[in-house]
Amino acid sequence: MDIVDLARFQFAMTTVFHFFFVPFSIGTAFVVAILETVYVRTKDEAYKKLAKFWGNIFLLSFAVGVVTGLIQEFQFGMNWSDYSRFMGDIFGAPLALEALLSFFIESTFIGLWMFTWDRVKKGTHLFFMWMVCFGTLTSALWILAANSFMQHPVGYAIKGGRAEMVDFFALLTNPQLWFEYGHVILAALTMGGVILAGLTAFQMLKKDTTKEAKVLYKKSMRLGLWMAMIFSVGTILVGDFQMKYLVTEQPMKFAATEAIYETTEDPAPWTAVGIADTKNHTVKYKVDIPVLLSLLSYNKPSGSVKGMDEINAEMKEKYGTTIDGTKMDYIPPVNTLFWSFRVMAGFGAWIILVSFVGLLMTRKKKETLYQRRWMLWALALTTFVPFIANTAGWFITEFGRYPWTVYGLFTIQQSVSPNVSATSLLISNIVYFTLFTTLAIVMIGLVKRQLRNDPTQMQGHGYAQKILDPFDKGAF
Amino acid sequence: MSFLQILWFILIGVLFAGFFFLDGFDFGVGMATRSLAHNEDERSQIIETIGPVWDGNEVWLITAGGAMFASFPYWYATLFSGYYLILLMILVGLIIRGVSFEFRTASDPKKQHIWSTALAAGSLIVPFFLGVMFVSMIQGMPIDANGNMNAGFFDYFNVMSIVGGVALVLLTYLHGLNYIALKTLGDIRERARNYAEFLYWILYVGLVVFAVLLFFQTDFFQVRPIGTLITVLLIVIFAVLGHVATFKGNEMLAFISSGLTMVSLVAMIFVGMFPRVMISSLGDKYDLLIQNASSTSYTLTVMTIATICLLPFVLAYTIWSYWIFRKRIALPVVHTAEVVK
Repeated sequence: MDIVDLARFQFAMTTVFHFFFVPFSIGTAFVVAILETVYVRTKDEAYKKLAKFWGNIFLLSFAVGVVTGLIQEFQFGMNWSDYSRFMGDIFGAPLALEALLSFFIESTFIGLWMFTWDRVKKGTHLFFMWMVCFGTLTSALWILAANSFMQHPVGYAIKGGRAEMVDFFALLTNPQLWFEYGHVILAALTMGGVILAGLTAFQMLKKDTTKEAKVLYKKSMRLGLWMAMIFSVGTILVGDFQMKYLVTEQPMKFAATEAIYETTEDPAPWTAVGIADTKNHTVKYKVDIPVLLSLLSYNKPSGSVKGMDEINAEMKEKYGTTIDGTKMDYIPPVNTLFWSFRVMAGFGAWIILVSFVGLLMTRKKKETLYQRRWMLWALALTTFVPFIANTAGWFITEFGRYPWTVYGLFTIQQSVSPNVSATSLLISNIVYFTLFTTLAIVMIGLVKRQLRNDPTQMQGHGYAQKILDPFDKGAF
Repeated sequence: MSFLQILWFILIGVLFAGFFFLDGFDFGVGMATRSLAHNEDERSQIIETIGPVWDGNEVWLITAGGAMFASFPYWYATLFSGYYLILLMILVGLIIRGVSFEFRTASDPKKQHIWSTALAAGSLIVPFFLGVMFVSMIQGMPIDANGNMNAGFFDYFNVMSIVGGVALVLLTYLHGLNYIALKTLGDIRERARNYAEFLYWILYVGLVVFAVLLFFQTDFFQVRPIGTLITVLLIVIFAVLGHVATFKGNEMLAFISSGLTMVSLVAMIFVGMFPRVMISSLGDKYDLLIQNASSTSYTLTVMTIATICLLPFVLAYTIWSYWIFRKRIALPVVHTAEVVK
């Protein structure tokens, strides 16, 4: 394998693993903040206990999210140094701002939140948690601003062999950014709801769960299901806008997602399933639904969609058949994109369905959910769905960028560090793989251990109990 | 060289200095979990002193890295790709240390020792390799005309860089001991002071060796004789001051002094490097300079405005956080987030 493959594999592996935990912790941060808000407003101790109980799960996911994020920041310099040289003037700023604005807020206020239960006023403690949520929201904004530039460069000029920033606000008003941001944040909130409902379902299935605990879990279940349903509908709506935006902005990615080689007839049919033959540029075993693709693309029952062959020819015309001596083909991995989209959208629809049915079955009038073990199992297993759906979503975005790192400006081949050996890359891949596997196993074990606790017995980090000596003069 | 370029060179230095001052004691406390604390209760006690703040302290490193990327992309690219395996080790250290806090809290009390060990190991690895990296960097590395570094084993690991790595481990350890003495009550407070009193003597040896090597192995004394001399003197003065303060039992002064020792060390590196950001051992003409390694003045302006707007808030809530957690931690520590059955 050459260094480009190894570096790409590493980027895929580290970002996918990182993004298991990012939306997990954004979503559960909001869950905890909402639960604690209810506690502060109603003074119902049940919600305090729930906030602490789910707070511990949130803290675990946050810890793994932070450390895997470190790799991302180092990776650009380590594996993609020529990319860093080309893009540093633009790409570095959002990264630095993310650290300065978001990471400091998140880390400081999580520390405060964790260790100050019952030590500060209730409202102040709640404020800490909402600051954490604010930190996660801004953090996502900056990193997606950077990613959006790579998808759709704006506000730049090419000078002296690099991209230079000429308009910082263009970075923030990039339409690509706001579609991505809406989709990612809503998906993260959906994930928070799904995890809350799913893990609660696991708890309800356990035989030794006490009656008192079940009273609390039922509250979690309702909140989780509401979040899952509302935010998954939102995610899909924004996703639909995003796809319509792709039709004009990244037609190649769109065509690949729909496995269209030849420009379609008018109105365009939607291929529900099929397998692309990437050599002969045809799609086998396909099932078409007439007119649907025109509707999806243009919101009207007419209009054809450009195929990859035509776009490929146009791109060869525009960017050349070779870049830096490498022969260029602008068609991304079609089957990966095609199936990632179907997995993502299918699971999105599944989440709407189970959360809707779950809500129906937990109405006060007719609460049947907790007698229906099959439904509890369906909810419990849905816990894992957002992880897959999120990964599939990023597969579309990132594989769809192929062969570019910065769309239309800089290729993957040009981006890689020229001085890093295949051996070094192989070593780091093995190290990361081993680390991630270990972290994942430990993480699952610790979440399971946490779930063995009884939420009615929750205590926070008991900082207050540990201080025996009053304020010491020699100290701060 | 423009004003903004010099400003950002200094700011990168400030960020690294802040990182070593703050996260430095976290590394020290981390190492102390296996060397100073006698049992898991004491380990919980000292980990508790950094529990709420360590993550914020580490962000200083992330910000330094991000700011380097944003303001000096060529420096960032050369440094990070050139020090590939060393940075991999640093990352491994940061990762196992980073998860160990939460994992230790959440794990079975019988298995907590695993995460105490992970914390200690991670806290040892990071300062050692950071020391190796910065000290080999100031000796000059084989950087070619394209700014790519193709270094061999002995470029990274030579007598001076290893002395630098060990010295940084020792400094962070001392800083951690001073912090423990400042933030705890009971046996461990006395023990931390005793350890520190002794270890300073070893540090002096390390510093003398380092100063001699600095004279022979780098061009700092030729390029910036006065600046280098002053910063080296500052390192020594703060080390001695910390030592004296430890003897006198002034824990606050001891802690601040050990922090300033590291700040002076960073200052020495940045003074000696100026106006270069990377020194090439293949000839002056391949040195990376502040002038040609930086971002455009537009980007630097944006970054400057953002920093002016945001940094006061960061400092304010960081100080607030330290104020809230100002009290000393005593035994017994109730296991955090554990359910009392």
